Amino acid sequence: MTDAPAQGPSEASPLVEARGVSLRFGRRTVLDTVDIAVRAGEIVTLVGLNGAGKSTLIRVILGIVEPDSGEVLRSPGLRVGYVPQQMQRDPVLPITVERFMTLGAPAPRGTLQRVLDEVGADPILGYPLAEISGGEMQRVLLARALLREPRLLVLDEPLAGVDVTSQNDLYRLIADIRDRRGCGVLLVSHDLHLVMAATDTVVCLNRHVCCTGRPQAVLRHPEFISLFGPHLSETLAVYQHAHDHRHDALGEPLSIGAGPSERPGPAGRHP
Amino acid sequence: MIEDFVLRALGGGIGAAIAAGPVGCFVVWRRMAYFGTALAHAVLLGVALGFLLEIEPIVAVFAICLLLAVCLLLLERQRVISVDALLGVLAHAVFAAGLVVVAFMERVRVDLIGYLFGDILSVGVVDLWLIFGTAAVVSAALAWQWSNLLAVALNQDLAAAEGVPVERIRFLFLFLLAAVIAVGMKIVGMLLVVALVIVPAAAARRMVATPEQMAAASTAIGIASVVAGLFASLLWDIPAGPAIVLMASGIFAASLLIPVRGQSRGEG
Repeated sequence: MTDAPAQGPSEASPLVEARGVSLRFGRRTVLDTVDIAVRAGEIVTLVGLNGAGKSTLIRVILGIVEPDSGEVLRSPGLRVGYVPQQMQRDPVLPITVERFMTLGAPAPRGTLQRVLDEVGADPILGYPLAEISGGEMQRVLLARALLREPRLLVLDEPLAGVDVTSQNDLYRLIADIRDRRGCGVLLVSHDLHLVMAATDTVVCLNRHVCCTGRPQAVLRHPEFISLFGPHLSETLAVYQHAHDHRHDALGEPLSIGAGPSERPGPAGRHP
Repeated sequence: MIEDFVLRALGGGIGAAIAAGPVGCFVVWRRMAYFGTALAHAVLLGVALGFLLEIEPIVAVFAICLLLAVCLLLLERQRVISVDALLGVLAHAVFAAGLVVVAFMERVRVDLIGYLFGDILSVGVVDLWLIFGTAAVVSAALAWQWSNLLAVALNQDLAAAEGVPVERIRFLFLFLLAAVIAVGMKIVGMLLVVALVIVPAAAARRMVATPEQMAAASTAIGIASVVAGLFASLLWDIPAGPAIVLMASGIFAASLLIPVRGQSRGEG
């Protein structure tokens, strides 16, 4: 097996592959013979409605949950970086950002600072973990994952609680990280507008895999259209990722004039 | 001159505080106070079985607490009844079983109050060995698996994804908690043992900035409470277990006046 190229999905064997994975909670089928694979240098995005089993599939792929049937194959010695969906922090546990980042993976302060810079976070190493904002926390989680030099980066709704402009920045950041490090990325998102801009493969999940492929192909798939509606499909097909202003690195308090809808319109501009 | 039984009581109390201090921090961090309370309900059944099988009460209580903890861990996997309800069911079931068994046993019935509220002044030499042995094992296990325990306390999914053996760590912690409850029971009794575990940890929070400091401060507060409570008990002839818990609670109340360190950042 040769090293995967740093850019673009390789045809090499996948970093991780789920084959025919099924899982039931009680009488409810959560995952139904799901196949999914992530290769080095590839960004795979899981989309689907709430309750489609996206987070559960992530947990199965990470080995947190055992599937009832099917198998998950990981390439030997695979290092995984995981960014969970909004981690709960309890102020009763006194821990600094620095200590949290290095727990189980010691690193010198310089390296920590560099990784925090890479994800566009402020120098917050000395802050109590429970006191940083939600957007900062997502960046810290991403930095923490990168610190472990992962071959596979798994992000479950990494943008929950992050406002739209910061979301754009974070997506660009994730694509950058893939380009620079050549790692595979598995991403869960329900925000289709933003997903389409930076994904190699979209997997549309509704307990089973409805359809999978390049974003533009998936958009035209009948199952995708029946799931998300024809209007959204058309909107996304013409969606261009345009972006004419920026907020500060973390962005949150600065979203100017955000109307009732925070989503970018069809032209991709903020209201 | 201090009498031997006072020295043994002091030693036993300090040993239990050393074991309970850091374990209490994890109970507080992982919000397991009610879990601890449920385990403590098994004390009476443990004591009774200890007498039946003629083994040390501390050892028997440890075994029964561990058994209950494992039952809870296994039952947690079914997804219909919530953990909260499960704890309520099992805790009272084992407590009721304990009361029924004890009703048949003259010897334990006489000492019932001692097991419910603790009897620190009756700590014997064998108890001392068991308490300090437990403190040594608990401290060694915590030091050995400290960062894994901390990772699990912070976020189990993150820990699991990074290769921490979460199930084994959770079991190790239940083992330690059962051991702490077994020795703490001797000092402050079944009804107050969880206080010995969580009150010093909660009191320590506002004095510290790192997990290790909190474990150390929790231990120190536990020791101070034991010493102060024991002497208050001798001085004013009040029950020792409740006096110890009151001292710890007093320190907790005083700690509320301390501003949390590092909370300089006003944001929502």
